[in-house]
Amino acid sequence: MNHERIVGTAVPRKEGREKVTGKAVYVDDMVLPGMLYGATVRSQIPRGRIKKITFETSVAWSEFVIVSAKDIPGKNCIALIGDDQPCLASDSINHPEEPVLLLAHPDRHALRKAVDAVSIEYNPLPAIFTMEESERGSEIVWGTDNVFKTYLIQKGNVDDVWSRADYIIEGEYSTGAQEQLYIENNGMVAAYDAKQGITVWGSLQCPYYVHKALMALCDLPAEKVRVVQMETGGAFGGKEDYPSMIAGHAALLAMKSGKPVKIVYDRAEDMAATTKRHPSRTRHRTALSRDGKILGGEIEFTIDGGAYATLSSVVLSRGAIHAGGPYYWPSVRIRAKAVATNAPPHGAFRGFGGPQSIFAMERHMDRIAQVVGLSPVEIRRRNFLQPGQTTTTEQVVRELIDLGKLLDRAISVSEYQTKKQEFAIENGTGATKKGIGIAAFLHGAGFTGSGERYLSSVVGVEGCADGGVRILVSSTEFGQGTKTVLCQIAAEALGLRYEDVTIAQPDTTEVPNSGPTVASRTVMVVGKLVESAARGIHQTLKLSGMLGDSYSAEEFRAACQAYVAGHGQLRSWAQYDPPPDVFWDDEKYRGEAYAAYSWAVYIAEVSVDLTTYSVSVNDFVALQEVGRVLHPVLAIGQIVGGVAQGIGFALFEKVIWQQGRMQNNQMTNYIMPTSSDLPPIRVFFEELGNVHGAFGAKGIGELPMDGPAPAIVNAIEDALGVRFDSIPLMPEDIYDAITARSLRGEDEVASVIR
Amino acid sequence: MRSDPKDYELVAPGSLQAAVGLLARSPGEWLPIAGGTDVMVQYAAGKLPSRKLVSIWNLAELRSIEVLANEIRLGAGCTYTNIREHGVIGREFPMLSSAARWTGGIANQNRGTLGGNIVNASPAADSLPALLAYDAELILISVRGERRLPYAGFHAGYKKTKLAPDELIRAVCLPRRFSGYVCHARKVGSRNAQAISKVCMAALGRVAGQTVEDVHIAVGSVAPVPLRLSETELMLRGKVINESLVSAAKKMAVAEIRPIDDIRSTAKYRAAVTGNLVAEFLNLLSADGKA
Repeated sequence: MNHERIVGTAVPRKEGREKVTGKAVYVDDMVLPGMLYGATVRSQIPRGRIKKITFETSVAWSEFVIVSAKDIPGKNCIALIGDDQPCLASDSINHPEEPVLLLAHPDRHALRKAVDAVSIEYNPLPAIFTMEESERGSEIVWGTDNVFKTYLIQKGNVDDVWSRADYIIEGEYSTGAQEQLYIENNGMVAAYDAKQGITVWGSLQCPYYVHKALMALCDLPAEKVRVVQMETGGAFGGKEDYPSMIAGHAALLAMKSGKPVKIVYDRAEDMAATTKRHPSRTRHRTALSRDGKILGGEIEFTIDGGAYATLSSVVLSRGAIHAGGPYYWPSVRIRAKAVATNAPPHGAFRGFGGPQSIFAMERHMDRIAQVVGLSPVEIRRRNFLQPGQTTTTEQVVRELIDLGKLLDRAISVSEYQTKKQEFAIENGTGATKKGIGIAAFLHGAGFTGSGERYLSSVVGVEGCADGGVRILVSSTEFGQGTKTVLCQIAAEALGLRYEDVTIAQPDTTEVPNSGPTVASRTVMVVGKLVESAARGIHQTLKLSGMLGDSYSAEEFRAACQAYVAGHGQLRSWAQYDPPPDVFWDDEKYRGEAYAAYSWAVYIAEVSVDLTTYSVSVNDFVALQEVGRVLHPVLAIGQIVGGVAQGIGFALFEKVIWQQGRMQNNQMTNYIMPTSSDLPPIRVFFEELGNVHGAFGAKGIGELPMDGPAPAIVNAIEDALGVRFDSIPLMPEDIYDAITARSLRGEDEVASVIR
Repeated sequence: MRSDPKDYELVAPGSLQAAVGLLARSPGEWLPIAGGTDVMVQYAAGKLPSRKLVSIWNLAELRSIEVLANEIRLGAGCTYTNIREHGVIGREFPMLSSAARWTGGIANQNRGTLGGNIVNASPAADSLPALLAYDAELILISVRGERRLPYAGFHAGYKKTKLAPDELIRAVCLPRRFSGYVCHARKVGSRNAQAISKVCMAALGRVAGQTVEDVHIAVGSVAPVPLRLSETELMLRGKVINESLVSAAKKMAVAEIRPIDDIRSTAKYRAAVTGNLVAEFLNLLSADGKA
């Protein structure tokens, strides 16, 4: 059925040549005449009130531009969902990296001494650093109860199932903060002139988020704020909300000084001050029948949002909806809560709550399997969602997904059964124990619930004077392949060559708001709009009599040139139109949570060295159904990269906190895996297609982040026979657990009630 | 970069004599910088207290590797790459080759020097346990002349050495008398490459049958200085390797070290792994005796 010529092939990256030849222009490459460099003076305490600010006399302060909260023309907040996060603290301090003052100087080397020469006196207040402290409420650090947001998802009557259950199985699982570690640190350049307003150029994911934040902060109308995305060296969600902060800072310095200002963070500042993945805690209480079928359960999902609300409510929402995994729950109650602590706000990171609650679900499935006496394979098979059944939000599964078949294929390519038997024999002797573990999961593509309806994204496609086609979207490229895949889609839709299509640099004066580049929505949702807008160009040319139904690339080019010559412009727009059968209830959190899901089964093989208690992942099978794969090389790249990040999440990446502050904000001490720490990552696709996505595509970017951690920790339990329910799982933790077990002299008795 | 280059002065004398002459004129004022793999990290973090730097990177006198009849003499300015690529070192001092391979990434190995690793005096330095195990000696140079001293004992405390303020390390000498020894070096880092050690060990020994004739065990990252486990060595010499000896050696090794909790690991983990590495080495030694 696939007649496509371009979609499904591995065309070269649009921006690839520029990147590998060093010609790509990143924000730190920009130098404007008279440009100053900016730096941020941050709070040093987790909570308190500013008493006094002193400028030490060692610095020639007259050379510096100094901005405080008093210089803000508009509202002192970073406008996002709520407006609770100040751009600059004026009085209250709620975390130890809070911006207080901004400095600018023509010599970037002069800034550090100046930052150190500002001393701030505080009246300190007691601070809280854990979810448990926040829940106890002995200190209220946000709102009236430290709670940013709660959700309640209810299906059936779970209170009825406990008396019927043959087994009731409980577990508590937790995940840590994780730093995105994009290659390029955050940075912005801002320039201001009274007539044109403010322009910022930067490393960012969501131009219109920055646009909205600058309008409120600078008190400027939409047309006097311009946001341009420069080539961006990675983001992973880490450039979703914080760029609005840095853009605001650069803009304030530019407005006060009348000169362009560049702020580029170094790695230490970027790691300490910007967002990370939300730490989480999930509690499961599950009722099962004797034959291992889930009857119902309660899930309590809690995340640590840090000091301000920022994106926590939406991270919480996705985490809560994914908390039940790819299983059928006849009844379930999911209580989700995001709480405040005095750490820098946590934010978006690939998976956005999903990796947290899925870690818990998939560890819990292995626990259930043990108690019920079934294999990890069989317990999953018996509980998989089937087409026609409903999810925890009572969304009917309309896709013809066969998770059992997916599981069979993953088992087969990983040689799961053979390895299980081999390891059982080999593990008897020797200082290395091997194990193999499974994770099955799903990931919803696009904004949650009515999110896409509210976004109402717009996409443009333009026929140019030279006969080429140009895509106009605010969707950004940050390494994942946006430019390439959207150009493939337009070229395919118009029957052109890939080379005939280009894509505009995201600039809010040039491109419409196609929504933020997040939530695995770009190819599926924006791509579909690009396809539709591209077809609109053909329609226009056809209606004007300049082009027939079938044409060559040259004929198209000629028609396009002629049309633009005659009419001045050839543009076609497409706006998101929600599918008619989609129902979502924001109040009850019920209905079609996502237009489409991607589905996956991952299998990890590990060995644990009992001399050093370190874990090696020896083999990794990643099998997923992601709809149509539009670019095989980029798609495999997404999976391999996501699995690598997932391995980091599980085994390496540990943020060391002290008083709400990251202590290991250097790449020497915050350990991400290197290529020599990674196994062969074997990627397999099933392609069912998807009516909602361009040429049948679904979301792919976040999915691979969800599965590795539980698959690996399940494999470690398989190897050692010791339970681990918390990540990151470091060799020190494994040593502690093994020692504790040998001291106790027996295995922990399972907490089975009946 | 969190430092201002205007605050720093860098000179690059053309000869070793000129360099030590400069040090002698104002002892303690100039910080020698070779490859800069430690100094520049401090500079970038805004934490380099010395404002006067003397580059010894280009001094040919420090870059030679001399193979003599009874020892090999490595100029202190030899890089890890020089060490990795040297055939005699690879054959006769494989644990030093391994340590050079473990240190940082390729770029660090091209710039980092053996002398720098010694004077930086990090207890976590990868090459130092190997030098201790091989009974290295140091030749120090100043305008006052040269002196030669055993490397063991050179580290006087955490980040402190016996180097006088007007001295440089000229060379590191390794005696060529370890052929036939069983060597076992292992780095336990937080990942397989580009990691700072949580524990590292370099050990060598010789058995006759199952009797330990000679044994050297050196460990890093588990005390304020890199350490030879002399008590454990003493206890092992002349004994027959068996399970109870291995267990006693583990205990004694743990008693000799002073590990701490820090940003990278815990004291109890470091102690347990040190014991395990000593046991692993003794089991290899025993297997060699049976072969």
